[in-house]
Amino acid sequence: MLTRRLFVAAAALAASLGFAGVSHADALADITARGTLRVAVPQDFPPFGSVGADMTPQGYDIDMAKMIAEKMGVKVELVPVTSANRIPYLQTNKVDLVISSLGKNAEREKVIDFSTAYAPFFNGVFGPADLALSKAEDLKGKTVAVTRGSVEDLELTKIAPSDATIKRYEDNNGTISAFLSGQVEVVATGNVVAAAILAKNPPKRPEMKFLIKNSPCYIGLNKNEAALLEKVNAVVAAAKADGSLNAIAKKWLGQDLPKDL
Amino acid sequence: MSYQFDFLWLGEYWPQIAKGIAITGQLTLVGGVVGVSLGIACAWARALGPGFLKPVVGAYVELIRNTPFLIQLFFIFFGLPSLGVQLGELSAANLAMIINLGAYSCEIIRAGIQATPRGQFEAGASLAMTPFETFRHVVLVPSLQRIWPALSSQVVIVMLGSAVVSQIAVEDLTFAANFIQSRTFRAFEAYIVSTLIYLALAILLRQAMLALGGLVFPRRAAR
Repeated sequence: MLTRRLFVAAAALAASLGFAGVSHADALADITARGTLRVAVPQDFPPFGSVGADMTPQGYDIDMAKMIAEKMGVKVELVPVTSANRIPYLQTNKVDLVISSLGKNAEREKVIDFSTAYAPFFNGVFGPADLALSKAEDLKGKTVAVTRGSVEDLELTKIAPSDATIKRYEDNNGTISAFLSGQVEVVATGNVVAAAILAKNPPKRPEMKFLIKNSPCYIGLNKNEAALLEKVNAVVAAAKADGSLNAIAKKWLGQDLPKDL
Repeated sequence: MSYQFDFLWLGEYWPQIAKGIAITGQLTLVGGVVGVSLGIACAWARALGPGFLKPVVGAYVELIRNTPFLIQLFFIFFGLPSLGVQLGELSAANLAMIINLGAYSCEIIRAGIQATPRGQFEAGASLAMTPFETFRHVVLVPSLQRIWPALSSQVVIVMLGSAVVSQIAVEDLTFAANFIQSRTFRAFEAYIVSTLIYLALAILLRQAMLALGGLVFPRRAAR
């Protein structure tokens, strides 16, 4: 892995040196000319990106990168990044796109551009399918498990009615176990954690009830690349329309894409 | 050192700490009383009981003394629901502490019983006492007196060990400290306060056990 990473970094460095003399070209034209799309992907954040049993990268973000390259008619080159260095990789032109479960915020919008949202990422309240629960007030008299100190703990503490019981567990495992063993009726957690439960085919399936905090993932690209941005947005829109994005969501998150994504 | 200590959160969170102390105290009281009672029954069964009971109690004692308390707790809280036994976190914590102290105190009390001279049993019999009366008056009370310091220590250990029940969302003193730490990010302050409270509780408990011993065993019998 390390040698691969070094190789990739060296190749990227060579590429950037090579391009140094050229005045800022159109990234989309560069990609087409080069015949490869370089994408920064996570390798330590399942189900978005991780290393599979056969040592190849796999996950939501990896499938997304492959799909965009395919629709653009070029080969894909996956560049493993961490959450800390994914934006610098883009800014120093080591990659063309960042597909790395990237959330949008004001600071990031100052330095890079974002596509339309391609993946759901949210904290919500989950419970069995037959339980009627659609807003925070419905938690009246119910017991809900959260992981202590998490975003959903802080938010739910504010919005839950006073006669709802919040049980705070030490880590995600405790929260999940409490739900699966029936010690609590509902659980507040991230959709990624819920996906991890669903992947194990549990006897109790946590279905999405209502949203606590929504922070979907966007594809990051350099500023002033209108042609590339347009192309990426078109691919994402087409994938949403023809159901191929929904298939990726079903595969890695175990649930359909939210309607409003 | 540039760290600024800040204990202002005590004003907002003291009810949480008070509740934590109450729950730790309740767990210790129930666990201590029922656990030691269970220990006495098991010690009798293991030392003097009928033949068929000895291996059963022996298996229980070895199982509990050779597995971690946290695993016992998780098994009761997360595992037993699969068998249809659904216990709330407080009941699960109480049960785990009773079972745990029952096994440890069984061995401590059994040591006291087995150290009873043979003549004492015979003395009881010669006074026309039934085996139960002999056990109750002639064997058990002097045995408990003999092992009281060790038993007191075990109860204190169980009280301190109860800290792990915060793992199953019981809102004891450790839970309060963790909760405050996760809200205020004042780790040093939250844990120094809980440390001092645990220290005070342990000293109080030891003194209470000493006082109880003085009440139950008023005569300082020569050994």
